[in-house]
Amino acid sequence: MRVAGKGLYDQSRRIGFSFDGKPMSGIEGDTLASALLASGVRLMGRSFKYHRPRGVLTAGSEEPNALVTIGQGAQAEPNVRATVQELFAGLNAQSQNRWPSLRADLLSVNDLAAPFFSAGFYYKTFMWPRAFWERVYEPIIRRAAGLGALSGRHNEDHYEKAFAFCDVLVIGGGPSGLMAALTAARSGADVILADEDQRFGGRLLAETEEVDGQPGAEWAASMVRELEGMDNVRLMPRTTVTGAYDQGTYGALERVGLHRPREAHLPLECFWRIVARRAILCAGALERPIAFPNNDRPGIMMAGAVRAYLNRWGVAPGQRVAVFGNNDDAHRTARDLAAAGVTVAAVIDSRAEPGVSGDFPTYSGAQVVATRGRQGLTGLTVRHSGGTVDIGADCLAMSGGWNPSLHLTCHMNGRPDWSESLHTFVPRAGAIPGLVAAGACNGTFSTSACLSEAIAATKAAVSELGFKPAAIKAPRADGAAYRIEPLWAVEGKGRKWIDFQNDVHVKDVLLAAQENFRSVEHMKRYTTQGMATDQGKSSNVVALAVLADATGRGIPQTGTTTFRPPYSPVSIAAMGAGAQGKGFAPERFTTSDQASRDRAAPMIEAGLWYRPSYFPRPGEATWREACDREVTMVREAVGVCDVSTLGKIDIQGPGAAQLLDFVYTNTFSTLPVGKVRYGLMLREDGHVMDDGTTARLGEQHFVMTTTTAAAGLVMRHLDFVLQVLRPDLDVRIISVTEQWAQFGVAGPQAREVINSLIDAPVDHATMPYMACAPVQVGGVGGRLFRISFSGEHAYELAVPARYGESLYRLLVAQAEALGGGPYGMEALNVLRIEKGHITHAEIHGRTTAFDIGFDRMVSRKKDCVGQTSAARPGLIGPEREQLVGLRSVTPADKLTAGAHLFAGGEAAVRANDQGYVTSVCWSPTLGSNIGLAFLRNGRARHGERVRLVDHLRRIETVCEVCDPVFVDPEGGRLRG
Amino acid sequence: MRLTCPLCGERDRREFYYGGDAMALERPAPDAGDVAWNDYVHLRDNPAGATRDLWYHDGGCGTWLVVERDTLTHAIAKVTPASEVAR
Repeated sequence: MRVAGKGLYDQSRRIGFSFDGKPMSGIEGDTLASALLASGVRLMGRSFKYHRPRGVLTAGSEEPNALVTIGQGAQAEPNVRATVQELFAGLNAQSQNRWPSLRADLLSVNDLAAPFFSAGFYYKTFMWPRAFWERVYEPIIRRAAGLGALSGRHNEDHYEKAFAFCDVLVIGGGPSGLMAALTAARSGADVILADEDQRFGGRLLAETEEVDGQPGAEWAASMVRELEGMDNVRLMPRTTVTGAYDQGTYGALERVGLHRPREAHLPLECFWRIVARRAILCAGALERPIAFPNNDRPGIMMAGAVRAYLNRWGVAPGQRVAVFGNNDDAHRTARDLAAAGVTVAAVIDSRAEPGVSGDFPTYSGAQVVATRGRQGLTGLTVRHSGGTVDIGADCLAMSGGWNPSLHLTCHMNGRPDWSESLHTFVPRAGAIPGLVAAGACNGTFSTSACLSEAIAATKAAVSELGFKPAAIKAPRADGAAYRIEPLWAVEGKGRKWIDFQNDVHVKDVLLAAQENFRSVEHMKRYTTQGMATDQGKSSNVVALAVLADATGRGIPQTGTTTFRPPYSPVSIAAMGAGAQGKGFAPERFTTSDQASRDRAAPMIEAGLWYRPSYFPRPGEATWREACDREVTMVREAVGVCDVSTLGKIDIQGPGAAQLLDFVYTNTFSTLPVGKVRYGLMLREDGHVMDDGTTARLGEQHFVMTTTTAAAGLVMRHLDFVLQVLRPDLDVRIISVTEQWAQFGVAGPQAREVINSLIDAPVDHATMPYMACAPVQVGGVGGRLFRISFSGEHAYELAVPARYGESLYRLLVAQAEALGGGPYGMEALNVLRIEKGHITHAEIHGRTTAFDIGFDRMVSRKKDCVGQTSAARPGLIGPEREQLVGLRSVTPADKLTAGAHLFAGGEAAVRANDQGYVTSVCWSPTLGSNIGLAFLRNGRARHGERVRLVDHLRRIETVCEVCDPVFVDPEGGRLRG
Repeated sequence: MRLTCPLCGERDRREFYYGGDAMALERPAPDAGDVAWNDYVHLRDNPAGATRDLWYHDGGCGTWLVVERDTLTHAIAKVTPASEVAR
């Protein structure tokens, strides 16, 4: 219920929302949690394993219990922390992990069976029968346990990513963070101040203390006003710094559209990568619970959270509130409640001599040993020196002390140190280069000390960056010392919860220790302690203390688990922003793209490129019909194909020929100007890297083509050779793939098509096979190459890319006039298989020049990359699988790529494997299914029969081994 | 991770392509023998500590770089163009 006159927000500005379909209202500035508490809702969720009724435990991002689903349908967002979700008009929240309703959850029978569900239960119980785990046990367990559910539908929501740079990144905007940001900003540094909350101020918004003579929240607001007015400061509220990475890089998640009604143009979240020369960690501290029997009833929450709800949101979480603690914050909570007119039922202090008191019943040296209330707290039992007493209360505030939020300091493998005086871990200095911790996250708990420490740390940081630190003094603030006596778990009957989110209690940790999972990492995995979405923020230290006690070691000797990024959950959609759908792989289009689409060609991906698959004609029902027609068209008339996607590298300089001699196995320095040569490129380990043709345009000028797939790889390789292996060569290289549009024209009528478009016609004498020459195409300077991938009389004509589309349309029109037309990738593939030409299906990284029958192309007269290794034993010889052609003995029998080859009578098992198939097609030219394959000692086995077996597709075909060149092995057609 | 390209300045790792151990700079002579070639092509140290590897400034100037860094701390000691190291 709302306390009149309390809180930082105007209680008259009301907004409506719904929870489990029930209309409710809150005020502007509320979180969903504060609005629900104000509406008297204590039960907010069901626990993960036992379906225990749970209420809100905290007031921040560490919340383990109050997880809800926001929105509906495909836009539903599960596992949203009610303590983080800001209220907006029309917000629709649903509780999770319950059926049929939150109050009457049938699976809460799990709680009755709890004695059977101890840690390790699954491992011990579901051992037999083995096959049942995947089909029976796991699905049932997954249904019964769990948090929110995904819609299972495609996420249409918009997410964003962004980059930022600064001199000083201040992580956390509480008193330390505000002070650090102001110190850095006044010193002239570029500052980013990020805080996960909607409003800067941190604990100052939740406490009644004063800073610089004014209420803490007002002091924070005045600091924000000054920072807002400075050009060198960027304030990032609602932004959680989630991880610290190498060289001053930080990940941060900003909530952009989650706190307001959906608007199509707004991303929900933005994932930032912030590069900071220095970082000041001012992440504060998190309060930890005490493990006492049934400490998980709705209404039991952290004392600091009770103060936050009261002082910031004006909400009293109960009408009769009891407070249980081992430090002075218990009394601070009771004082704030009493001052606001809330009845304080009792203060239970575990310390024998608290040294503080107030105007309320106080039990010293006392502990809470039992609680009551099925769906919400109704009362508790206190054991004190004089006996036990029952106290009626609908809210219990607990404080087991504070844990510094040092998580980020551990993200690069740093380990924290145990502080014997604070009874908690504190960060180790220098764990993240360039980052210093200041304030509560560094174990400095009084506001006054926080402010001074933040100033000092920031001054040191900006000095290191060369700024003159501004003269700045810490304002007056509360300086009370932190007084605590450790209390981790209370003796008593009943489950004492540690990890509320994963339903781990003290007995689970003890059982882990008893079963010899004594290492903290083993205990964690055995019990699932700290492995839920809150990553054990409130529970890890308590679990560790219980384990230390059970194993008779101290806490520092027991160690701590590793904190890894992210600090709090980051949606995958935010991390992958921009990479969904088409954003995952940008599209590259050729100049003929529109012309191909105009002819209804289905486009197929080739790397990032899109190329036409085939060009359907009326009456053709399948791709095969179109493909067969296109193949025959090329063999009998003429076809046109865009080959611009092949990599083109321009190579110039006095050392150009020597460079080619060094990267290709064969010799290019002997190539005359005006000629083209096929080249084979090896990796240094002797395997084939790539192949392609290179033309000599001038004495010192070559243009190399690479395969489409290896264009980038070859460019890197050439750069490596030039910069590292052969710096003696005076050569410059540049990729010109996108500067030239290039088209293949193949078939008996190819020359007619070419001559109809170039200004000076060519004939066999001026343009023999493997010649190249500059040509004029309608007055445009182009290049003509007489090369062939199909085995036909063929040319490739290149023009500057801006003329590509019109040239393509002209070429196709000319071809059609001669009974030809365009052909796509399917036909291109059939043509090259018929001719026995290889692609990366054959040169897949494990084949050598010897394997593909090109060992004679490895010149011994010069050194080249891969030459030495290519001659290595094991890479040549009859034991190698060598390139062969395959033809099904019964022409219609299918061949499949990926199938393996076996000798006639041998079983089709791995030990008998003789090779495998790489490329297959139906050859309309031969009227048979054919393929390319690698077969052990294959070149010596032409004419033999082998059995092709495809276990996956259940295909078995008897094939005849033959030469890989099926069509025109003498080469008469391409030279003709 | 961020690398300082001597030509372009400090850049995000995404601009670079990893090229393996800097041992690739020390290519043996063709007749150096099987052992030397086997070492060069296949054998790599896997140090916990100082290492030297190659990065290519793919999204930048196209320079191959030798990066001296520590595999334990991820600290980067030095970035040099490979062409200067090779000579």
